[in-house]
Amino acid sequence: MENFLFYLFSVLTILGALLLVVNRNAVNGAMFMIISLIGMAALFLLLEAYFLFILQILVYAGAVMVLFLFIVMLIDVEKGPKTRPDGLTIAASIVGLALLLLGIIAVFTTDSATSALPEVTKLPEAASAAGIPFGTSVRGYGYGLFTKYMLPFQVTGFLLLIAMIGVIVVSKKITASGDAEKEGPKKA
Amino acid sequence: MDIVEILLKILFAILVVVVIMTIAAYSVLAERKVASWIQGRVGPNRTALPGLSAIPVLGRFLVRMGMWQPLADGVKFLFKEDPLPGHVKKWYYCLAPVVALVPSLSTVAVLPFGAYWVNGVEYPLVLANVDIGILFILAISSLTVYGIVMAGWAANSKYPYFGSIRSSAQMISYELAMGMSVIPVFMWANGPATGFGDLTLFGVVAAQKDLWLGIWMPLPAFVFLVSLFAETNRLPFDMPESETELVGGFHTEYGSFKFGLFFVGEYAAMAIGSAVFVVLFLGGWNFLPTFGFLPDWVANPWATWGWFGSVVSVLFFIGKTLTFIFLFIWVRWTLPRFRYDQVMNLGWKYLVPLAVASIIIYAIVIALWDTAVTVDHIKPETFGPAPQ
Repeated sequence: MENFLFYLFSVLTILGALLLVVNRNAVNGAMFMIISLIGMAALFLLLEAYFLFILQILVYAGAVMVLFLFIVMLIDVEKGPKTRPDGLTIAASIVGLALLLLGIIAVFTTDSATSALPEVTKLPEAASAAGIPFGTSVRGYGYGLFTKYMLPFQVTGFLLLIAMIGVIVVSKKITASGDAEKEGPKKA
Repeated sequence: MDIVEILLKILFAILVVVVIMTIAAYSVLAERKVASWIQGRVGPNRTALPGLSAIPVLGRFLVRMGMWQPLADGVKFLFKEDPLPGHVKKWYYCLAPVVALVPSLSTVAVLPFGAYWVNGVEYPLVLANVDIGILFILAISSLTVYGIVMAGWAANSKYPYFGSIRSSAQMISYELAMGMSVIPVFMWANGPATGFGDLTLFGVVAAQKDLWLGIWMPLPAFVFLVSLFAETNRLPFDMPESETELVGGFHTEYGSFKFGLFFVGEYAAMAIGSAVFVVLFLGGWNFLPTFGFLPDWVANPWATWGWFGSVVSVLFFIGKTLTFIFLFIWVRWTLPRFRYDQVMNLGWKYLVPLAVASIIIYAIVIALWDTAVTVDHIKPETFGPAPQ
């Protein structure tokens, strides 16, 4: 059953991503992206990472994609222009595909006992001395995040803060004196 | 898991959905009846069922209360001609009502609606008692907006389009305040005295035996309630379908069964939103708060009644939920609709700061309380791994 679900959602994710790239209708593209993201969330669920699953739905499918769809519908791009890819793009995609194939071949031909891959999937030790096990529960996740992985967590938060300030600066049209321009209430 | 267990699960799921749909259908009737009473009218009082309505006093009374009206409405929605306008984008036009209805029905999976007791230990009556209960509800119900956005865009005319654009902006704004307003609840529910260390809704109800959170957390409760009105597109925030300016809003081009799906979806979302509010702030199926000095049986007098006690707890929970549905209707016919920019201002400039302020205030209060009062009574077993 789990195997079947894994293949089902993998196909859903990859197919959604592929159709997103090849579809020329922007709204259809956004819809396929949602399908792809939900497929990804389902894969998290199969790994019993319930918290990541719900964040994937809440943040990407629930908020980010609504904004995407919002913009796509607002600027009304029914069909993108038909452009032929230039030489550089073709060369880059061929190199990328070759690298991907190489990676897949390497994974399937090396002996799994000697390669470094199994190490990646090993669970870390208990996240803390308090004995809260490193697990899929929100409690274990939160404990790990605020003790062992505090630095990456803070750095990520700082990055997001910088991005947010950047957006505010760009969108506010700050004048030479440093004040934001006065704007009346916007009517939608 | 053997086949009987799976079948039972499916049976329970169908039962829950049937109950939710019934509540949604009768909320429509309640809306019309309450609206009429508030406005000094009578409301639907003609629909009769042959046979049943011939019963001397009761039959006549039920007809006057409009008890058969939802049945007639449903039959009408089902058998009316379902035209497909020529100018719509057909695939999305047909998909939208389904996308609007399915998320609100899916959220009941994690909603505890009652309890049963084995040897004095309380267990929730719920389809799936998952660790991430509240996040699941917030996440899945945020997908409802796709139905509205799709409907407005696929209808390919300007008023539905305005409605859907407004709707997505409004939902994103209020989701934030809503998500933040439940943080104090979970800070308390997971404290050292009561906590399971997870986000199940059952844990929240169990933590409210002594004091319902709505009583000493009125600020988060208020923010949550206002956001709930906005999220379910109810007046005074029904921007997507404000009929005086947008005809019918996002469902202007819809008719018969597809419109019926939107309609039921809205009322189902309202019913489930009320249920979530009851779970978070009004003690779920608990009878009365004990305030710390009343005897324990006050919280659940029916804990020792066996299966009948469970039924009573479910009924009590539904009763509380219905009270809130009545509140939704009452507010709709009392407050005028906000202007669109007022809605946006209220969301971002008042509710979000209020929610942040309540997080800070209650974090301090709960920390002080835990260090001063409960820390001496920590039970070591509460630090074990979270129940799955």
